Amino acid sequence: MNDPPERPSPISRLLDEPQAEKSHTRWTGLLASQVFWVVLATIVGCIVLSFVTSTFATQQNIFNVTRNFAFVAIVALGMMAVIVTGGIDISVGSTIGISGIVLSVVMNAGYSIWAGIGMGLLTAGLVGLVNGLLIAYLDMQPFVVTLGMLSVGRSLALVFSGSRTIFDFGPDGSQLLALGGGSTFGVANPVWFLVVLAVLFWFAFRWTRWGRYVFAVGGNRHAANLTGVPVRRIICSVYVLGGLMAGVAAILEVGWLGAVTTGLGTGDELRVIAATVIGGTNLVGGVGSAFGTVVGAALIEVIRNSLILLGVDAFWQGTVVGSFIIIAVLFNRLGGERQGN
Amino acid sequence: MSLLELKGISKHFGAIQALTDVTLSLEPGQVVGLMGDNGAGKSTLAKVIAGNFPPSHGEMLIDGKPVHFGKPLDARAQGIEVVYQDLALCDNLTAAANVFLGREPRLGFGPLRILDYATMYRRAGELFKQLKSETRPRDLVRQMSGGQRQAVAIARTRLSDARLVIMDEPTAAISVRQVAEVLDLIKRLSEHGIAVILISHRMPDVFSVAHRVVVMRRGRKVADKGTEASSPEEVTGLITGAIAAA
Repeated sequence: MNDPPERPSPISRLLDEPQAEKSHTRWTGLLASQVFWVVLATIVGCIVLSFVTSTFATQQNIFNVTRNFAFVAIVALGMMAVIVTGGIDISVGSTIGISGIVLSVVMNAGYSIWAGIGMGLLTAGLVGLVNGLLIAYLDMQPFVVTLGMLSVGRSLALVFSGSRTIFDFGPDGSQLLALGGGSTFGVANPVWFLVVLAVLFWFAFRWTRWGRYVFAVGGNRHAANLTGVPVRRIICSVYVLGGLMAGVAAILEVGWLGAVTTGLGTGDELRVIAATVIGGTNLVGGVGSAFGTVVGAALIEVIRNSLILLGVDAFWQGTVVGSFIIIAVLFNRLGGERQGN
Repeated sequence: MSLLELKGISKHFGAIQALTDVTLSLEPGQVVGLMGDNGAGKSTLAKVIAGNFPPSHGEMLIDGKPVHFGKPLDARAQGIEVVYQDLALCDNLTAAANVFLGREPRLGFGPLRILDYATMYRRAGELFKQLKSETRPRDLVRQMSGGQRQAVAIARTRLSDARLVIMDEPTAAISVRQVAEVLDLIKRLSEHGIAVILISHRMPDVFSVAHRVVVMRRGRKVADKGTEASSPEEVTGLITGAIAAA
């Protein structure tokens, strides 16, 4: 008679049990992804508009749509990094304003385009640095700090511009107009900038240590601290980056507009945050993607464009965009319930 | 020569005497249960060992040589790691990302270095296999059970070839089934020659996995004996003060 087979110990039997099934298959995972729905909505919107209106699918209109959303999307890339760390930056509109005005004032005074761009970016970076230092090193609340800088930035813009509209950009003015308003190979220049920046951001988030730390800080700041992540430096860096992106958008936008008023950028922060949120970035932090952010900005612009082409009163735009923000957050919330356990 | 030796360690915060004259020694592979009521000094002692703050008096020796820790990274450099009660994990990252958090391997040079995913996934997989855990390196921590999360936190300590792992209430907030997984993980560490200080309130856990039990009361060590030579009743008495010392 054979000996009875040896029983595995209770502990190792527990460990041998199959791992809990994944909560999503590949397809349900896709359907639960907010970015997927936003991409779908954008594509469907474009297709529907091409049939319903005769003007959407024209080269001129596509050109306009892509260029318009490029400005918002560029700033949204920087905003995404800020929100992923769990912060917020409502000063970007003012940063666009002050940056654009510094650029204009410098060039109007006769300096080269490089001096103008340099000063513009420096201004934007400085605003971001002030935000970053106060938030990261003095532990101040992001909303309050950026609210203060929103006010300071707008006021300084008025001071620097002397409250006048600038449309003469000096000797290099035509270069500036070509930069923001021109196109290369049929695609608007700002769109090229967006593509390059989006790829850089995607690469940074996925392949660099900095990118991973941004998500770690947003996911669990305490844990990041304990494991030696330089949390304060990371937080400061995302605000500086956010400021710089606003500066880049400002330079391109000024080139496109051809004139700068003191109201440049006013209210842009809401459009940027909307694009980021619709694109799948969670305001709580730790979740987001560069691709999603770009698509979020695209969707908002397609919506605005469709309302215009369909002849809807422009005042309705706010209602439609606002509704989409709420839907996006609701979607996020419902999807989040499943992930929580 | 012991792995870790504490001689007359005392710590006070202003007027509060948190630790008084604690002497202790630890050999490789030993699992020591550190028990005591709230405020007895268990966490303070663990923090002194882990380098969170220096002792007010006394000295610490590792392999017979005196050491002074200014910050936790100093202790980590000497092979002392801590697994915190809340595990210090980022839910939105993968298991491998959490294991390597703060010490990511990279490819390339200068400012153009990228994350070495291949090494991270491979090494994390090896560590999980060593701990006999089912955790998969690419899974998000958010979707893991308590036992798997413990495995990730413990695997992190194996990265720097820790020689002493301090675990702070690892079984406090998890299910009964997962407790068994955690205790098994501790046994694995011990088998690899790593000393473990297990801070715990739970008598059955300590008595099932520890070689020795050290009891603290009001900042003093009141007992230090092998678990076979003691009993849950005796330890309870020592914790509450019914038994003065043992």
